Amino acid sequence: MTAVVTETEDTAVVKPRSVTRPVVGFGLIAVVAVVLILTVPPGDARVQLTRGPEALQIPLMTLPATLAVGVPAAIAAVLAVVALVQVLRTRRTVPMWLTVAAGGFLLLAFLVHLVSGKSSVLPLTDLLASTLFLATPLMFGALCGVVCERVGIVNIAIEGQLLGGAFAGAVVASLAGGNPYVGLVAAPIAGVGVGALLAWFSIRYQVNQVITGVVLNVLVLGLTTFFFKGLLTELDGWNDRSRLPALPIPLLSDIPVLGPVLFRQNLLVYLLYAIAITLHVYLFRSRWGLRVRAVGEHPKAADTVGIDVNRTRWRNTLLGSAIAGLGGAFFTIGQGLAFGIDITAGSGFIALAALILGRWTPSGAIVAALFFGFAAALSQSLRSFGVTLDSNIPLMIPYIVTLFAVAGFGGKVRPPAAEGIPYVK
Amino acid sequence: MTQDDRREGSRGPDPAVEDATPAAPAETGPDVPHAPPSEPRPTTSVTRRVLEDITSSSWLITVGAVVLAMVVGSVLILMGDTEVQATLGYLFQRPSDFFRESWRAISEAYLALFQGAVYDSQAPTPERRIRPLTESLTIATPLILAGLGLGLTFRAGLFNIGGQSQIVLGAIVGSYLGFALELPVGVHVLVVLLGCALGGAVAGAIPGFLKARFGAHEVITTIMLNNTSRFFLLWVLGTAAFASATPQVSPLLESTARLPLLMGPGFRLHLGFVLALAAAFLVWWLMERSVLGFRLRAVGANQEAARTAGMSVERSTVVSLALSGLLCGLAGAMLVAGTEWKLTSSVAGTIGFDAITVALLGRNRPVGTVLAGLLFGALAAGGRIMASRAGAEAELVTVLQAVIVLLIAAPPLVRAVFRLPDPAVIRRRREEVAA
Repeated sequence: MTAVVTETEDTAVVKPRSVTRPVVGFGLIAVVAVVLILTVPPGDARVQLTRGPEALQIPLMTLPATLAVGVPAAIAAVLAVVALVQVLRTRRTVPMWLTVAAGGFLLLAFLVHLVSGKSSVLPLTDLLASTLFLATPLMFGALCGVVCERVGIVNIAIEGQLLGGAFAGAVVASLAGGNPYVGLVAAPIAGVGVGALLAWFSIRYQVNQVITGVVLNVLVLGLTTFFFKGLLTELDGWNDRSRLPALPIPLLSDIPVLGPVLFRQNLLVYLLYAIAITLHVYLFRSRWGLRVRAVGEHPKAADTVGIDVNRTRWRNTLLGSAIAGLGGAFFTIGQGLAFGIDITAGSGFIALAALILGRWTPSGAIVAALFFGFAAALSQSLRSFGVTLDSNIPLMIPYIVTLFAVAGFGGKVRPPAAEGIPYVK
Repeated sequence: MTQDDRREGSRGPDPAVEDATPAAPAETGPDVPHAPPSEPRPTTSVTRRVLEDITSSSWLITVGAVVLAMVVGSVLILMGDTEVQATLGYLFQRPSDFFRESWRAISEAYLALFQGAVYDSQAPTPERRIRPLTESLTIATPLILAGLGLGLTFRAGLFNIGGQSQIVLGAIVGSYLGFALELPVGVHVLVVLLGCALGGAVAGAIPGFLKARFGAHEVITTIMLNNTSRFFLLWVLGTAAFASATPQVSPLLESTARLPLLMGPGFRLHLGFVLALAAAFLVWWLMERSVLGFRLRAVGANQEAARTAGMSVERSTVVSLALSGLLCGLAGAMLVAGTEWKLTSSVAGTIGFDAITVALLGRNRPVGTVLAGLLFGALAAGGRIMASRAGAEAELVTVLQAVIVLLIAAPPLVRAVFRLPDPAVIRRRREEVAA
């Protein structure tokens, strides 16, 4: 027994860790950054940094293109080289902030490059605002995924929970005489309804969780469309528009560039901030989080020390579903829209991708969701800054990036060990 | 977890069985075969044995699930019917009105569903009366093909959610070959079918390769490919190669590229239905009679054991996903060369997802998949007529399908509702009697 242990330890020390994939990834970032610098067109780049009525107005910035592209591209290249050196020297994965920063600066350089030497303007603040706007439901969905998958419940039904939340939010707000806050209460309840079915079938009857999730999506789509056509379009006052008002936070909302983006939002978005921060802290710093992770990684061990595995799974599935349901409300009362058929249009699946790309952590999921939101925002505004690329191509990017991510480029992705496995005593 | 399975009283078919039912072992996954009951013993009466075999059989679970789904559907019909709701206002004064209206709404809806799916007794000509049945078969055709493909991967132990992307890619390739080439009759349609199969197989092989080479989970990769293919299709439709007079619609396929109609121009039923049945037979032969099928099933049943026996788990992963893609690609061919004759952004509808439920309902077996495909095709065809005649929305059918599949996946739940005996318990008791 001891001999076996020593042997495995020895091989673990001797065997070098494969670093090909991170090296290829960071190498690519550095190469692209250099290419961007070398191909800067002559002329100026114009960047718009304000929107709306913040106190400090920044005039339209006109910079020489070489500088505007060169600086962020150079920073990206330097960060990528730093990461490369670190990977090769320590043979460990680099911290996430380094990857995010290198990618972020590269994106910025790329965007400025697009408008350089042309008459069009890069609406940077607008782009950030629509990124957050498009990413909000994704972040809710991805956080729901974190809460569920960390206890070992695969939640493919995020899409259904978002759709259910959007439906309940719109209908209840309309029936309450156009009070969006009542809808905000109803939306998580609808999400919990879907989540309860998921937990009931997958924990109580041990039906395969992927099957249950897929079928629940079909069920919710069928139900909401049935009621939309049968009731909402035929009866008055069932599907009116109502919108959560924006609540600008004093002082914070006056910060240039980021202030209006982050702090001139409605209650739903502030709730998102609170949920994300709370989850991040509690999952890794509290007794609850430790228990949750134990159930997801090694349920038998968790059971041995007295944690009720299936009860924890039930609770987390319901909690996660409530978060997703709340996120669904963003599609209707969060945007001031009435409910429409399949209004979520696959957001739940992108949220799932964000969860995986974020490596099952709240902060990672948030960053990944923002990235997906950015890709969508970019595809909406490509035409406005003079690029004739088909808008469908950037929309494909998130999914392809996730494909590469799960294939292991840029580090190993490992789900919670007990994911999808029912626990039977 | 099994308290609810404990039945009280003696309302079941056999009190002795009820008492001997302490717990129901849970079925996991769609592919748990119900072991046949042991050989008859002289200790119990033949009648009782036959009754037990019937009440514990898996097809009765299916029937039970359909019945329960129709009950759920009835509730939805009532909730969506404004006249029924009007009677609720004076329910306590005249409850008979409510029940009469409810019965009218429910029976009208299900009658229209049947008329739209099988035989339309209201139609004026004999041709129009049997038209619903041929519509059901037409709609069932792509469902059967895609369901066969997905069921094949499920049996190989893989959760292929990517039917949609495989159908879409097949349809893109096939439709291009269909309108861009000019080939003689017969050859052209074959080329289109092959193109669709090839396109689908590539879309299936990608997640297979990613799983075999990098261990990427197929549920995630196939979902990602589904979404990629959606935007890829939109992009393709915008390119010059697919441009036609109407934006976002491809040119019509040449008449030589279309699947021949089986019953003349009055019906949409085409040769593809026969092909789907042939494919079902081939899949049965492949899975039950060939070495390759044996390998796939072995890997699906126990990966480690199959690996120890010298089988390549990686190869079977790629092969089964590529085969599934091939069949789903053919399902795409049924759409572009069979019914639509053109490529549109919504050409695949939700067939990729519906096919998952078809495969699950058919318990991943070819015969079951054909029957499940026919049922769902009939429901879809009937749903349209139901919406126009009885005013119940066609999406009721989607709900019915989802409920049926959910219940089929949880046999203990259906048994508990109908107080059916558990086959495992009967088997155990018989073994005890024999011993």
